[in-house]
Amino acid sequence: MSYIKRNITEELIHAYVDENLSPEEHVRFERLLKNDSKLLEKVESYQAQNVMLHNMFDSVLDEPIPAQLTPSPRNIKAWNFPFKLIASVLLLCIGGFMGWFVKDNQTPRYNIVANLAQMATRAHMVYTPEIKHPVEVAAEQEQHLVKWLSKRLGNSVKAPDLTSEGYELVGGRLLPSTTGPAAQFMYENNIGERLTLFVRTKLNIEKNVAFRYYVEQETNVFYWVDAEFGYALVGSVSKPELLGVSNLVYRQLSL
Amino acid sequence: MNNLLWEDQLKQQIPNLRRYARALTQNTASADDLVQDCLERAWDKRENWKDGSNVRAWLFTIMHNIFINGIRRQKIQQEYLSKTIELSIENSEEQLFAMRDLTACLAKLKPEFRETVLLVGLENLSYKETADITGVPIGTVMSRLSRGREELRQLMTRDAKPKLVSIK
Repeated sequence: MSYIKRNITEELIHAYVDENLSPEEHVRFERLLKNDSKLLEKVESYQAQNVMLHNMFDSVLDEPIPAQLTPSPRNIKAWNFPFKLIASVLLLCIGGFMGWFVKDNQTPRYNIVANLAQMATRAHMVYTPEIKHPVEVAAEQEQHLVKWLSKRLGNSVKAPDLTSEGYELVGGRLLPSTTGPAAQFMYENNIGERLTLFVRTKLNIEKNVAFRYYVEQETNVFYWVDAEFGYALVGSVSKPELLGVSNLVYRQLSL
Repeated sequence: MNNLLWEDQLKQQIPNLRRYARALTQNTASADDLVQDCLERAWDKRENWKDGSNVRAWLFTIMHNIFINGIRRQKIQQEYLSKTIELSIENSEEQLFAMRDLTACLAKLKPEFRETVLLVGLENLSYKETADITGVPIGTVMSRLSRGREELRQLMTRDAKPKLVSIK
């Protein structure tokens, strides 16, 4: 293959992968692909790289912006008064603004999905330190608990069995959330570490959302959306341990 | 200069800057340091920005310069290699392994190749924008992209088949 031809092909390959070709060029290139399995393999692998990059790093877009990136004592002079004021308003609005810049159903996902982790974390922090009343309905009445929560959430919810990971159900409670009732199931292991599973339903999100990670004050959260349910598993245990339990929850609840 | 417009646009870019920085350094803390440095520098130089010009490209250019200077000082690079790679997690384990692969392999790319692959593949910037941001001609962007993607592919195929050893 001549140097020039090779170069043209290289450029074409990337233009195709990055969707920069005109419709005619696109069609011509796909014809080329059909007859060249090596080229096809290469192109598919480059396309896969892009998909994987997005899978890996897009969740950063949904993360709340950390405090250090807003006014701090260190740069108080630079981030001066009007900016602080405007910044705080803008922070409140940013989710809304994103909607104008992000296409289609990514818009509602931005808020709802990110909210899921935050609401779950708040509820976890409020109820897990409780000694006397950590739950509204205890695990002894699991059937009643599940039936009651299902009725209130308007969708059948289940309390997953986490005994294989060393966690026993303590019980659960009904919670308010920004868009209606939510449920919290609490679990505890033999050294008193508590996990909570936050469940919301009727999210009206068409796409499922894969496991995402969120952390706040040493509390780890994995959250995801499966069918019409949004789940967040919260705990102050290590990230790998929480991921293990999350996988178990996911397997049981997606059946 | 319209301060409100400027700040508004700046804020809107923070999530993208963070995503790019995370992919570049693969470490949450270093990434946010990078974003913070970038925002501070942008604030200092806010008079240089003109209404209507592309804030995104401008911010990415600032970040590129900070990153490359950091690499020159070997700081970010060392942290980058020594700290654990943080991943967001996908459902399937197969995907998870593939991604771990991708992150590990990204780390092996030269910084300028990594930048180019990420600006185009993750940030979906045009070749022209990428050229402006990294301060090189489009031709250089193309060859970096080409070599970066191909190296990544070779590395990933190699890592996926550790048992295949070539015989000299």
